[in-house]
Amino acid sequence: MKQPGTSDTFQPPKHQAITARSAVQPPNSLWYQIKRNKWPYFFISPFFVLFAIFGLFPPLFGFYLSFHQWDGLSPKRFVGLDNYIRVINDQLFWKSFTNTVGFIFLATLPMLALAIIIAFLLDSYVKRFRNFFLATYFSPMVTSSVAVTIIFGLMYGTNFGLINSGLRLLGLAPIRWLTDPLPMKVALALLLIWRYLGWNIVLYLVGLQTISHDYYDAARVDGANGVQILFRIVVPLMRPTILYTLIISIIGVLQLFGEPYLLTVGPVGGSMGGRDNALLTMAMYLYQNGFGYFRFGYAAAIAYVMFALILIMSLANLKLIGRSS
Amino acid sequence: MAILVVLLFLAGLMVFPFLWMTVTSSLKLPQILQYPPRLVPGTDLIRNITALVQTVPFVRAFINSLFIAGVATVGQVFLCSLAGFAFAKYEFLGRETLFLLVLATMMIPATVNLIPWFIMMSWLGWTDTYQALIVPGMANAFGIFWMRQSITQAVHDEIIQAARIDGCSEIRIYTRVVVPMIRPALGALSILVFLGVWNEYLQPLIILNTVHKFTLPLILALLHNQYGTQLHLVMVGSTLATVPVLIIFFLTSRWFIRGLTAGALKG
Repeated sequence: MKQPGTSDTFQPPKHQAITARSAVQPPNSLWYQIKRNKWPYFFISPFFVLFAIFGLFPPLFGFYLSFHQWDGLSPKRFVGLDNYIRVINDQLFWKSFTNTVGFIFLATLPMLALAIIIAFLLDSYVKRFRNFFLATYFSPMVTSSVAVTIIFGLMYGTNFGLINSGLRLLGLAPIRWLTDPLPMKVALALLLIWRYLGWNIVLYLVGLQTISHDYYDAARVDGANGVQILFRIVVPLMRPTILYTLIISIIGVLQLFGEPYLLTVGPVGGSMGGRDNALLTMAMYLYQNGFGYFRFGYAAAIAYVMFALILIMSLANLKLIGRSS
Repeated sequence: MAILVVLLFLAGLMVFPFLWMTVTSSLKLPQILQYPPRLVPGTDLIRNITALVQTVPFVRAFINSLFIAGVATVGQVFLCSLAGFAFAKYEFLGRETLFLLVLATMMIPATVNLIPWFIMMSWLGWTDTYQALIVPGMANAFGIFWMRQSITQAVHDEIIQAARIDGCSEIRIYTRVVVPMIRPALGALSILVFLGVWNEYLQPLIILNTVHKFTLPLILALLHNQYGTQLHLVMVGSTLATVPVLIIFFLTSRWFIRGLTAGALKG
């Protein structure tokens, strides 16, 4: 598979034909460079103007804010590392952190395992209807997280919800999906798996298509069954893709906001995060501090602690999975 | 055979919430609450739609979302493909550095920018406006990365050279040579950008205050929070917000999935 940066097929500079004017100018001056390459600079400049304002400035400004105390109105007050020290000692922040990380185990890992199995089945056993299955599995991704969360919220309803009605028909006790801490987490995890499974199936299928089926055939001749092929051939060869999806999913989970917010705010749950803050995520806590309490400096510090945690986890993954490849 | 059954069962699980939502949006409120749950369509779809548009500015929200997502998509795809072309096919001073800068910001999670973005928008006087949801997103690092990758793979240098020898200007090379050759990747990027903006919840939640400016996700959340007991309205609103997108997706899915798998996602 191609890595970013190794795929360039560049030729020597193409604009050397325009040399009449360049002979007069010192060839290394910045102005000469800009003139000689006016087209590429012209092509990238609209992007880079916007990028400098809205891509580069915000993270730097957020970092600056994280050392200040500011409610958005009164003058900013420099507080040094105070915000960070408070975040580190903030029980509720760590609660939101463990909640969020919990979803890596409740949602991400089962989802990725399921996705690789489904992708393997689609790749080796399904020919004619592959696109139909892919489109169906992918479809939850294209709908609004708000609509989807509302629908799941109604299905999870304690008294009139579809799922509990089903349990009742089977003679089982209803589960309080939206008010008991553990069922709440399971409910959110199921919603996340349902929504993002298809995306990962597509990514794995792309990776699987780079593996020659000759390997499978050779293994079959040697008496291997499907399960052995999956674990002995597919998983090791897919290591880079697995690593990529794992990191992407973790980054996504650590920023989780819409689904847990809407499951707990609203007519049923009431307070953000739900009972015992069981569904309070880091992004929700950041939102609450920034836009609920107008602690912009503190919220910026939370954002940077989040960023650091995301970096640490991505690097840990790289070390753990990228190790022996 | 057993495998096909498993895959079909999973497909059923995937579409079931949508089917249930669509069926339920044609029921009267008491029918929604009955036990055992009713899974057969009713006759009240039109009446529910009428009640919905009288309760919240749903049509306006649909148009708002269409406008914001449409403009954002055209802008992002244009800027990213143009800059991606320069990064893929020209040699110029600072190319590696600038591209690394773009890649570096891709590592920064969107949530980190949330507070500074909001403060910048209030400096610019852009709170409660659409441009706050359109303009900052145009500097899409992921899009430029993808476009550079697709152009490197799909457009050969010889074709560009040939066009140049034939007297094509650099701008015409972009519009007549590069754009037609990366159409699948452009299409897939357009759909991804459009869906991302169309479905975005957190940014509009923070920036928009006027109900008439609300996007579809905000109107749905408003329905859920303020009219949550009127389930028939919530259901029909969710259905009208998702089913058109689903239909368009299924009609274009073949092409979309090809675009997704052809391009940059070979990470």
